Amino acid sequence: MGGGGVSQLLEQIHMLSRRCLFRVLSMGPLPIHLAFIMDGNRRFAKKRGLEDGSGHKAGFSALMTMLQYCYELGVKYVTIYAFSIDNFRRKPEEVQSLMDLMLVKIKSLLDKESIVHQYGIRVYFIGNLGLLNKQVRAAAEEVMKATAENSRVVLLVCVAYNSTDEILQAVKRSCADKDVERERERVRLVDIEENMQMSVAPEPDILIRSSGETRLSNFLLWQTGHCQLFSPDALWPEIGLRHLVWAILNFQRSHSYLEKKKKKKQL
Amino acid sequence: MMSLRVPAPSSFNLQRFNSRALERRWKLGRDCLISFSPSFVENRIGFRVRSTKSEMAPFTAAEEETLPEGLQPELMPKHVAVIMDGNGRWAKNQGLQPWDGHRAGVEALREIVELCGKWGIQVLTVFAFSTDNWIRPKIEVDFLLSLFERTLKSELETLAKNNVRISIIGDSSKLPKSLLQVINEVEEVTKNNTRLQLIVAVGYSGKYDVLQACRGIAQRVKDGEIEVEEIDEGLIEQELETNVTEFPYPDLLIRTSGELRVSNFLLWQLAYTELFFAQELWPDFGRNGFVEALMSFQQRQRRFGGRKS
Repeated sequence: MGGGGVSQLLEQIHMLSRRCLFRVLSMGPLPIHLAFIMDGNRRFAKKRGLEDGSGHKAGFSALMTMLQYCYELGVKYVTIYAFSIDNFRRKPEEVQSLMDLMLVKIKSLLDKESIVHQYGIRVYFIGNLGLLNKQVRAAAEEVMKATAENSRVVLLVCVAYNSTDEILQAVKRSCADKDVERERERVRLVDIEENMQMSVAPEPDILIRSSGETRLSNFLLWQTGHCQLFSPDALWPEIGLRHLVWAILNFQRSHSYLEKKKKKKQL
Repeated sequence: MMSLRVPAPSSFNLQRFNSRALERRWKLGRDCLISFSPSFVENRIGFRVRSTKSEMAPFTAAEEETLPEGLQPELMPKHVAVIMDGNGRWAKNQGLQPWDGHRAGVEALREIVELCGKWGIQVLTVFAFSTDNWIRPKIEVDFLLSLFERTLKSELETLAKNNVRISIIGDSSKLPKSLLQVINEVEEVTKNNTRLQLIVAVGYSGKYDVLQACRGIAQRVKDGEIEVEEIDEGLIEQELETNVTEFPYPDLLIRTSGELRVSNFLLWQLAYTELFFAQELWPDFGRNGFVEALMSFQQRQRRFGGRKS
């Protein structure tokens, strides 16, 4: 009982100090929408000498922790890059194990104790869902339906997603739109944007990619035009509060510079 | 009070500039301009600031082979894109006017173009003027466009001699007619050159490019040329303005001045591009910054969503 009590106490202290830290951060501008590219799970497993699948499991618990921090801080939208269309090109065993893991984790979101219920999260699955197997797709649609009434915070999970594919679908829909032929002369920017799957959320303020790679890998190309990009060296399972805080401090610094620039232009 | 008139055209000296020498030259030119009346400038009897014809030394075979130590020829990127940010801040730090910063920027660009030609990079795309930049003060916008026009005119001969092909991409509807004429001329004269393709993005943004591609495709659908189901990523790629080159996807994007964002430059084409953010302001970037960016690029593992076995 002593040991359990101590660790509980430590957890409480950690949570209180985190709350203080977040209160200080919220004195400045806070991002409304954060996006994550969760890179480096397999490298983490290799580094620790674990078996392949456990890297992704560690990645999932890092994700849950990150989501908790984001929602505690007051970030309204979080987008994660769970599985790219390009990832289908990996070895079938790895793809299958990722699909199995995703199925288990998606289903667990429906549990009463899950983070979804704790924070009142509305979940969207963004991507070409037709490319997923029937069970994963059905589970995803069930979660979307079950959380449709939630409105406090939003989680967008990009699965079977490529930004170029998203733009392609939006272009197709814009071209197929009969209104264009009848009323307006030509397609407008807003027509394409309305047809983008990610239009349910505003553009991200910060994009964090773990494992030190500095590239977008076909993620949110349309939406990250003015987004701050941050690429810490830590592998995804190693990502922690300090990286989030650092990203936000940088965001606050350049946010004030950008606001100054905007005001200057208006003068 | 400082004259706000656009300085008279002058040729640029290409030799790697000593920043102090350049500053002296500009201060000289600027002080002389204060005494000029508008009509004087308009009659184009401008004061020539150390006019030496700008000469880009032709690329020699020997220089072409010598890469700096640490760079491997087989890992050089085919297409490099650059966001030339920081001219205004550079000028402010030096106590100069914004247009002096832009002119320093042109010098820096010339250096990078020369290096690309020597080191076997085949395409260089530069972000000269964005659709967002139209909201800058009119005087700065006018200066930038006239600087661009003058630079194109004065550099045409040397670029042609050095086998550089120039292409301009972007929304040309807002550009002045004289600039459009120069652009057409330059593109026509250099269209068969093969050593390096320099793509200059003026009045360009990534979203604009995708939008105009979408419009082109919508028109083709309307004309019955293609069905909606036939639209695929390859078709969009063909309609994008970067179809002027064989390699529309940059391998490396460099942004100077420490800003960690893409600012709506080359949206579709950046899907797998390695991004490099340099702290220096653009006029200070130069050869050293470029080598650092290339070294960083060469060390990266590009997987394109797959796995390195």
